[in-house]
Amino acid sequence: MTDIPTLDADDRRLIVATQGGLPLTPRPYHALAEQLGLAAEDVKVRLRRMLESGVIRRIGAVPNHYALGYTANGMSVWDVPDARIDALGEQVGRLPFVTHCYHRPRALPLWPYNLFAMVHGKSRGEVEAQIEQIAALLGDDCRARDVLYSSRILKKTGLRIGG
Amino acid sequence: MDELDRAIVNVLQGGFPICDEPYREVAEQLGIAEAELIARLGRMLEEKSLTRFGPMFQVERMGGAFVLAALAVPEADYERVAEQVNALPEVAHNYRREHALNMWFVLATETPAGIAAAIDSIERTTGLKVYAFPKLKEYFVEMKLAA
Repeated sequence: MTDIPTLDADDRRLIVATQGGLPLTPRPYHALAEQLGLAAEDVKVRLRRMLESGVIRRIGAVPNHYALGYTANGMSVWDVPDARIDALGEQVGRLPFVTHCYHRPRALPLWPYNLFAMVHGKSRGEVEAQIEQIAALLGDDCRARDVLYSSRILKKTGLRIGG
Repeated sequence: MDELDRAIVNVLQGGFPICDEPYREVAEQLGIAEAELIARLGRMLEEKSLTRFGPMFQVERMGGAFVLAALAVPEADYERVAEQVNALPEVAHNYRREHALNMWFVLATETPAGIAAAIDSIERTTGLKVYAFPKLKEYFVEMKLAA
C-alpha cells in the first residue's frame, strides 16, 4: 500500500458527496448515484475499490466518546531512545486501551517527547492506571513522560476537501 | 443513549455494508426495523452522540497530508484563537488540552504543500508559533470504543 491510488473525477465527486456522511435513506448508495448522475452499481464499485486501496479506512459510525462515557482521554507522551522507538512503539500499540500510537518529532526544549500513545477511559483514575502499564512496559527506556488530558472538543468535523 | 443506541453504535463501528439496502441488513442483524435504525441514527447525529456516520477517508491515501499541531495560547486569548483556528477548513479537529501547549489540532490537506500553507495562515492570523508534529511512524490506529 505504498503507491498512491489513482482517483478520477467521479471518485472525487463521491468523496465530496459523502464526507459529511451517508444519506439516511433506505437505499443510500442509490440516493448518492442519483445526486451525482452515476449508476448505483458504479457508486458501490467505486466505494469498494476505495476501501480496498485504503482511501476509505472503513464505512461506519464515529461515536462522540464523551457521549459513551469515555470522558477521560489522555494523550500520553514519552521520551524514549530513537534507536529503540520502533520496537517500543509496536509493543505500546498492542495494548488494548491504546487507540492511536505514533512516533512524532520532538520540539526541544519545550517538547522532549517522541512517542505518542492516546489512551481512553471512563475516569481519570482508569486512564492513569493504563498509563502506568505503559510506563512499566517502557521501563528504563522512558526518560521523561507526561499526559495531556483533553478538557474540551473545540472542533470535530473530520476531513473536508473541496469540490 | 439507551441500550439499543449502544448496540447500534457497537455494530456500526465495524464495516457498514455496501449493498442496495445496507440499513435493512444491519437492522436485521440487530433484530430491529430498518426505519427504527435510520431514525435512531438521525437522532444520535442530531444530539451529537455520533460525530459522523459514513466513509472515513485516509487523506494520505489520497495524496494528501495529515498533521498534528499545537499552540501555546495565552488564557485571555483562548476563545479568539479557537475561533480563528476552527475557521480554517483544513482543521479537521481541535481539542483543548491541559499543558503549556494547550490547543491541539489536526490539519488535513489535499497536498503536502497545503500543510505549510495552513500553518502559515494560522501563524499570521493568531500571531502564535505553530508546533507541528507530523507522524514519523504509525504503530497502531483503531478508534473503536465499546459503547
